[in-house]
Amino acid sequence: MEAIQTTSTADDDEQTTFEPRIVAFLCNWCSYAGADLAGTSRLGYPPNIRIVKLPCTGRVDPLFILKAFERGADMVLVSGCHPGDCHYTSGNYHARRKLPTFRSLLEFMGIDPRRFQMSWVSAAQGGKWSQVVADITALATELGPFEYFERIRDNRN
Amino acid sequence: MQDLTQLLRETAEDLLKRKAVGVVIGYGHTGSRGDMTAVFARTPQQVSQLALDGECYRNLAVYLNKPEVRKLGRCAIVVKGCDRRAINVLIRENQIAREDLHIIGITCEGVGDPKMQKCRFCTVHNPPDCDTVLGDPVDIEPEEGEFAAVEAFETKDIDARWNFWKEKLKDCIRCYACRQVCPLCYCKQCVVEKNIPQWVETSSHLRGNVMWNVMRAFHLTGRCIGCGECERVCPVGIPLGLLNQKLIQQVKDKFEFTSGMSADEKGPFSTFDLGLDTDDGIL
Repeated sequence: MEAIQTTSTADDDEQTTFEPRIVAFLCNWCSYAGADLAGTSRLGYPPNIRIVKLPCTGRVDPLFILKAFERGADMVLVSGCHPGDCHYTSGNYHARRKLPTFRSLLEFMGIDPRRFQMSWVSAAQGGKWSQVVADITALATELGPFEYFERIRDNRN
Repeated sequence: MQDLTQLLRETAEDLLKRKAVGVVIGYGHTGSRGDMTAVFARTPQQVSQLALDGECYRNLAVYLNKPEVRKLGRCAIVVKGCDRRAINVLIRENQIAREDLHIIGITCEGVGDPKMQKCRFCTVHNPPDCDTVLGDPVDIEPEEGEFAAVEAFETKDIDARWNFWKEKLKDCIRCYACRQVCPLCYCKQCVVEKNIPQWVETSSHLRGNVMWNVMRAFHLTGRCIGCGECERVCPVGIPLGLLNQKLIQQVKDKFEFTSGMSADEKGPFSTFDLGLDTDDGIL
């Protein structure tokens, strides 16, 4: 993790590249296993992602997402079982209602909705996982550092 | 309105004399400057404090869930249509039972001077499912453009939105008046009071303020009935109603749901609909 450089400041030399910090909330049964499969299949994906394992996407409280941003995440990903595959029958159906609604609230607050991503990755989709992470890391790099909360923290406004 | 006041006092007196209820919660000019505030009439003598007029903007449903009010016994409560919707949400969330209430509905053409924003779009001028209804039926069509304020705000670009909210939220003094006045913010322990782990910073600093105000609004998704009390009591004038309106609009658009229209409804987040829900925006 030492290899990851944090947000560049104006004084840094130009060689410093921005490496986004992405927090991923994965469901234990599908996406976490999918990520595991990507690993055992030796599929590479960018190391910018920090995984938090949860029992189900239905467990994801919007608090987690906001807290991740508050603590310096540039992007948050929630990933779980495809609709119909939930280990608890309906957790992802609930997440599918709650979290996109939260995303529209974030957008209304002025937070770029692209900074909060969701995906369905099954335990068999190691390839999809590696692709999703590559895609969102590219997007997060393009969006640049998420400085809203950093500025607040430093009283920079 | 004067005769309505008289009618209400007679109704309340009758209920209290018959001991059908332990308390009548209503409005009265009993504030320190004669302003309209809540009245808890527990004896037939106290009903003279009750009044009804255009200043009845408070949502008295907030008291129904308070333990100190519960102790007074069965409640009679004076409600406008909007307050009646709040009671529906409390019933659907198993906070109160319909049979524990005697609901005195008052038909309402809108409150406040000038009329409150919410009254222009009101669809419940005649409160449904009441034990007693006072006043003549009101027939006013709601105006168009319920979400005009939300749509106007959304013409701003993303940075302008954030700057707007930052300017507003930095004034928040974390008095939690918005929470206290809300009939649907009834948790015994609010997330903001939990400190292991501390999800929401409690100092009145912008960082915790953003978290608090976003979460407060989001916890009311599909529950808020848009009574506007939070915005009215906010001492620093944060447009909390705008956040609530956005979520009311979302729930209406996405889940075809309007909160508080019936006590049998299920909140949009406690159910799902495979025909309605889509994977839009999900990778």
